[in-house]
Amino acid sequence: MAAIPHAHDDAHAHAHEHGREMSLGKFLTTYVFSFDHKVIGLQFLFSTLIWFSVGGLLALGVRWQLAWPWTKMPIVGDLFFSSTGGQISPEFYTMLFTMHASIMIFFVIIPILAGAFGNFLIPLMIGAEDMAFPVLNMMSYWFMWPAFLCMIASFFVEGGASAAGWTGYPPLSSVHSAAPASHTGQTLWVMGLIFVGVSSMMGSVNYMTTIIQMRAPGMTMFRMPMTIWGMFITAILQAFALPVLTAALFMQLMDRTIGTSYFIPEGLIVNGAPAGSGGGQPLLWQHLFWFYSHPAVYIMILPAMGMVSDMISTFARKPLFGYKPMIYSIAGIAGLGFIVWGHHMFMSGMSPWLGTTFMVSTIMIALPSAIKVFNWLATIWAARIQYTTAMLFALSFVSLFIIGGLSGIFMAATPVDIFIHDTYFIVAHIHYVLFGGSAMGIFGGIYFWFPKMFGRMMNEFWGKVHFFLTFIFFNGTFYPMHILGAAGFPRRLADPYHYETFQHLLPMNQFITVCAIGMGASQIILAANMIYSLLKGPKCGRNPWHANSLEWTAPSPPGHGNFDFQPVVYRGPYEYASPLVDDDYFPQTRPPVEGEDKLAHH
Amino acid sequence: MGKVWSLLFLMVPVLGVGVFLVAPAYGHWLPKDVSAHGHMIDHLFNFILWLTGGVFVATEIALFWFMWKYDAKRNPQAAKFTHGSHNVEVAWTLLPAATLLFIAIYQMNAWAQVKIFKPDMPATVEVTARQFEWRIRYPGPDGKFDTRDDLFTVNDMHLPVGETVLIDLKSADVLHSFFLPHMRMKQDAVPGSKIPMWVKIKEEGMYDLVCAELCGWGHYKMKGRVTAQSREDFDQWLAQLQAEQERTQEPEKPEE
Ligand SMILES: [Cu+2]
Ligand SMILES: [Cu+2]
Repeated sequence: MAAIPHAHDDAHAHAHEHGREMSLGKFLTTYVFSFDHKVIGLQFLFSTLIWFSVGGLLALGVRWQLAWPWTKMPIVGDLFFSSTGGQISPEFYTMLFTMHASIMIFFVIIPILAGAFGNFLIPLMIGAEDMAFPVLNMMSYWFMWPAFLCMIASFFVEGGASAAGWTGYPPLSSVHSAAPASHTGQTLWVMGLIFVGVSSMMGSVNYMTTIIQMRAPGMTMFRMPMTIWGMFITAILQAFALPVLTAALFMQLMDRTIGTSYFIPEGLIVNGAPAGSGGGQPLLWQHLFWFYSHPAVYIMILPAMGMVSDMISTFARKPLFGYKPMIYSIAGIAGLGFIVWGHHMFMSGMSPWLGTTFMVSTIMIALPSAIKVFNWLATIWAARIQYTTAMLFALSFVSLFIIGGLSGIFMAATPVDIFIHDTYFIVAHIHYVLFGGSAMGIFGGIYFWFPKMFGRMMNEFWGKVHFFLTFIFFNGTFYPMHILGAAGFPRRLADPYHYETFQHLLPMNQFITVCAIGMGASQIILAANMIYSLLKGPKCGRNPWHANSLEWTAPSPPGHGNFDFQPVVYRGPYEYASPLVDDDYFPQTRPPVEGEDKLAHH
Repeated sequence: MGKVWSLLFLMVPVLGVGVFLVAPAYGHWLPKDVSAHGHMIDHLFNFILWLTGGVFVATEIALFWFMWKYDAKRNPQAAKFTHGSHNVEVAWTLLPAATLLFIAIYQMNAWAQVKIFKPDMPATVEVTARQFEWRIRYPGPDGKFDTRDDLFTVNDMHLPVGETVLIDLKSADVLHSFFLPHMRMKQDAVPGSKIPMWVKIKEEGMYDLVCAELCGWGHYKMKGRVTAQSREDFDQWLAQLQAEQERTQEPEKPEE
């Protein structure tokens, strides 16, 4: 029996049996190059959390400049920008927001949801021993490392990391003379994203196969928890959308390195230097990029929606309201998600007629999101809510996702988008969806599944302090950005205040920056809580939350092969408060009780 | 603790609405609109704001109320054992679907007016964006571009008020975006394409011209200015520009 990291008694006993020292090879195959989905999931989790802190610090740099432009940064100023007297240069500012977004999207949210939670939870929640392709699974993690190295290296090459925006629009991104500040950095950025894509693709093939092929007896598709549905549909989205991004990235790589001109038009002269051989089209990149990156928005939210549904039902002690409508709306979001990418291009010079069709599809995609919100609300109606930290984060997902969803309608409306496009309104929107939504769901997921991952509980008191501060500071940071956007405040400007139109917005930006620093600092509580609980947290049993789904029937943490019995599934995962049993929960594996088939058709 | 958490969540709609009420009073709002078409955009903005505001308040209050009322610690009743309701699902699918469809159709005219129905007229001015400035060109007395009497300025655009003007937008190098906040105009400049824009300015004055698409490290300083003036003043300014330009130009060579 091989082992799972941390506090697993069997594993320790096993190591002792075979003598004092574990051989190096054994150590490597157990903890480093492990095939075990749980180890791989945790590798993803810790890697992405480290990147989370890097991405957050970059954002604080952006915030500093917007609140106190061209002033010396405290503490880190002398360290990083001694040549400019401790202040951020416009080149560096451009790099800061580019790398903040690139890291948060491609190295945090996508891999933490699919890579960390997907890996850890899929086999456990469907009752499988492991993934269908364990070696492929291991490779999907290790393909992140060349990507990590590209990103890290890009900060140290001459000119620094990419500074063409996370969307990497050519010609800025593909012509060397257009952005001398990020010469090699941009090439490394492209290569890093290609590696992330390879990793995601390996993961998504694996997840689809595992979910289709490896479910425990009795686990029909419509008995799967919403987390699994979220992961499943996300994997399908990845599989269809990613090849397009990969192709686009290779084209940009060739434009940058071997002189092709996929995205560079005829006769371009940038900074006095002729660029490319011509014949390309800058808008082609935008179409290809958004064909992936709009679905990517859903790749970054659907798994979180699934996880949040599970947490809400568990702590509402009540069945999820509208299980099937919830699934259909996820599928609807995914399907419609493929025909809305043009909403990023309303102002791009794309035909305004085409803009009209993208406008209609984009507005209609609000519908499945609305259905999900209504069903979550109906789930906590007439419930018995337990206010755990996980539940608070899950509920905050609903509260904040409502804002992010509604603000999307403004920019879907093409005439309104004329004004708010590329303003802070967009910045507010994306952060309400990706931080207020996805990241809050991820935090909740950490508190919820930590006991299963490590066999120990996290501290609830400090969890709630973390929640309280994050919730307050999050809103303080991002809510006023709607107002900035309404005032036309553009994003990505190193110094917006030399436009008279925006000078009066400085105090509001200072308020935002103070809140952003507070939000960043609050995450120290999460890190401390995780580390402390990992070592000293009280041991938990198999099912500390009295939840129904399969992972809670396995040991905490589960050993190799996950289950010490063959799980057989008799019902869906949301049978809380069932009148058939005395407990207020009714695990999926408990044998049927009398009268259950009659109730099932009800 | 359930009460505390419910009240915390109640703060979202309370402060959320509050911010939107207070901000405009302190001038933190849409900048003054001086274009003939801008009111359509502002109207849609406000229309969507009221509509989404209503949904926002209703859903957030429901969230608060359920959190308050169904706290396990205070609510002695068992949770209701229900998996959903077909009728309710149909209702809350059709109602938002109809509303959303209405929003989609309701705004089409404004979009068409601003971006699709191009007026049939020659361009008044041509703008070429480049790192990091706006090159402005007028056709000169002959009314044609690409002739010797074309007039040039940089970052300083003048336009007549009270009449529709057509602006051709080009880029010499990378993407830029021509953003006039006070005229509710935005259009990306794309190298290799010439994109028309049109506007009728209602009020004289000087307005910021903002670059709204990342175009490199100097993006933030790519600032232009639009001077909107009466037809007479505008013509006079053009004549003055022409005089200046002739003075500095080399003597005319025979044309080919
Ligand atoms: Cu999108
Ligand atoms: Cu620019």
